[in-house]
Amino acid sequence: MLLEIKNLHANIEGNEILKGINLKIDTGEVHAIMGPNGSGKSTLATVLAGREEYEVTEGEVLYNGKNLLDLSPEDRAREGVFLAFQYPVEIPGVSNTNLLKTAVNEIRKYRGEEELDAMEFLTLLKEKSKLVELDQKFLSRSVNEGFSGGEKKRNEIFQMAVLNPTLSILDETDSGLDIDALKIVANGVNKLKRKDNATIVVTHYQRLLNYIVPDFVHVLYQGKIVKSGGKELALELEEKGYDWVKNGKEEVAV
Amino acid sequence: MENKIDIKQYFINQFDEFEKSLNGEKTSEFHKLRKDAISKFTQLNFPTQKDEEWKYTNLSPLLKHNFSQFIPKQKVSSEKLNKFLFDKMEHSLLVFVNGSYSPELSKLIDIPAGIIVGSLSEELKKNNTVMKKHFGNYAKNENYFFTTLSTAFTRDGAFIYIPDGKVVEDPIHIIFLSQSGNEKVLTQPRNLFVAGKNSQVTIIEHYVSDEESIYFTNSVTEIVTDENAVVDHIKLQEESKKSFHIARMEVDQERNSKFSSHLISSGAEISRNDFNARFNDLGSECMLNGLFMIDGEQLFDAHTMIDHAKPHCNSHEHYKGILEDKSKGVFNGKVMVRRDAQKTNAFQENNTILLSDDAVMDTKPQLEIFADDVKCSHGATIGKLNDEAKFYLKSRGIGEESATSILIHAFASDVITSIKIPALRDYLEEIISKRFNG
Repeated sequence: MLLEIKNLHANIEGNEILKGINLKIDTGEVHAIMGPNGSGKSTLATVLAGREEYEVTEGEVLYNGKNLLDLSPEDRAREGVFLAFQYPVEIPGVSNTNLLKTAVNEIRKYRGEEELDAMEFLTLLKEKSKLVELDQKFLSRSVNEGFSGGEKKRNEIFQMAVLNPTLSILDETDSGLDIDALKIVANGVNKLKRKDNATIVVTHYQRLLNYIVPDFVHVLYQGKIVKSGGKELALELEEKGYDWVKNGKEEVAV
Repeated sequence: MENKIDIKQYFINQFDEFEKSLNGEKTSEFHKLRKDAISKFTQLNFPTQKDEEWKYTNLSPLLKHNFSQFIPKQKVSSEKLNKFLFDKMEHSLLVFVNGSYSPELSKLIDIPAGIIVGSLSEELKKNNTVMKKHFGNYAKNENYFFTTLSTAFTRDGAFIYIPDGKVVEDPIHIIFLSQSGNEKVLTQPRNLFVAGKNSQVTIIEHYVSDEESIYFTNSVTEIVTDENAVVDHIKLQEESKKSFHIARMEVDQERNSKFSSHLISSGAEISRNDFNARFNDLGSECMLNGLFMIDGEQLFDAHTMIDHAKPHCNSHEHYKGILEDKSKGVFNGKVMVRRDAQKTNAFQENNTILLSDDAVMDTKPQLEIFADDVKCSHGATIGKLNDEAKFYLKSRGIGEESATSILIHAFASDVITSIKIPALRDYLEEIISKRFNG
């Protein structure tokens, strides 16, 4: 088992957002997490990446058998966890290349590997930038500064390609993308899929799942997973809307 | 109980000794300026926080020390200076050790004929007419306590004169080294840079010390940029954290001249820089940029004034500070747009990053506008490093230290990148790296 989330509860500023999440993910799998706005999808993604603002009050998360919640955000990344941000941060004055070079070498150091030399690193960047059809000129530009919405999301997947994670979490990667950009991004994600890695796709709409086909779909509502199923669950949701789930939940509650 | 010195009486007493050391020179015409200054000095008071211009800066720690201007000549090897040569190569270098010009350590390379690059003491002996014409005309004594002190004890400093139409391609690097061992030395460099019509020059004033000793530098720099002249000035402070540094720079800008200033500083115990520029005619541009990085209990104070006395001039000012520990920063930037100065463009900004809860920044960006057809903006921010950006970097596997360092480089980058000398930019980036990479 690559990831095992057990009864995870998390707060931000005293508000409980996650109210007992249970989820198991194995290598080679793609899981979609869907749900209406405010259900806790992005919180789950962010908690897994280690954002300090969120306080985990209960439960545990095992990643490759290790207690993920004990690791700092940077160590999680070094262990192979990657979060593609819903809103990638602009960092003026820091080039994409500089960010990735520091990241790659710190990750390699953590794993006891030699740092890449300038040539090896450049070759890696060139190869991976083709994967998401990212123009070379983006490499020397400041991280996300002045990028369009689509460029930012492509840049996230580009970083993912370079860092080669074991567990990728895509937080609303489809939001703000037109159909062409969506295809490019999805295509990149699909090419990165291997037997020994896994992907969590967090999304509001079924649209992305036409291109990144999930093995499992989970519906998150009010901080809990209220329904799980195969890829057909996404289509059903699309058809019936989230009210179906909300009503269902109320029925259960009654 | 700490003894505080009556600094006024102390220096008035030193003046006699100083006069004796001047030998025959005290009969010169120039010496009258010194004598006028010392008599003016007797009427001035040591600045305290009751003075508006010193409101945020407590100078009283300066009064704990007996600083001497007359210490034996120190031996300095040229190897000692190597680490301060930003391009690791031969370039024109003027070296002052404890305020005195050192011809052995200085060298001039590819200086076109007619240009004077040297020491004020030499020009005083020669009774240089350019020097006489400009000296003290811009940094007037007025009520400036430390300028008046400097004028009274004028002995040496850098003198550069670029005649009309001459261009000096490579930067002229001036190193002021303080090396006094156990003596507490006061040095008062008095610099005068005159750029004639259509001339160009880049000057680096570099204040250094490689020992953590107590000394006091009181420097005054006057810069004249005549019509169409282009002058780039860079001041670097890499000094002892126990030292005191008080400096004033006055820039006179004639028609269509371009002046830029960069102040990059790691401060002193107390460091105060007054940088003032005045547009004397139309069509000129002035840039005042600064970056200071302080920690411990250092105090850094930047006081600037850009005087838009004439129309159609542009000014751009951007000061940035990075404060750690219990350090304290002050920015007081005034942009004055006088009644006639229509079509003025003035931009001013001050940004500060506080890396600890105990660091303090006082910022006072001031715009005074008396004309009605102008474009002016000013602003100030004080904050921490961006947490979101830091988390973003960490989520890519970058550790706390590197993430902090990357964000600090990014914060500093717009000041650094506007310096035109690539080797100097690299030198400064390295200073930042060493400082913040643990």
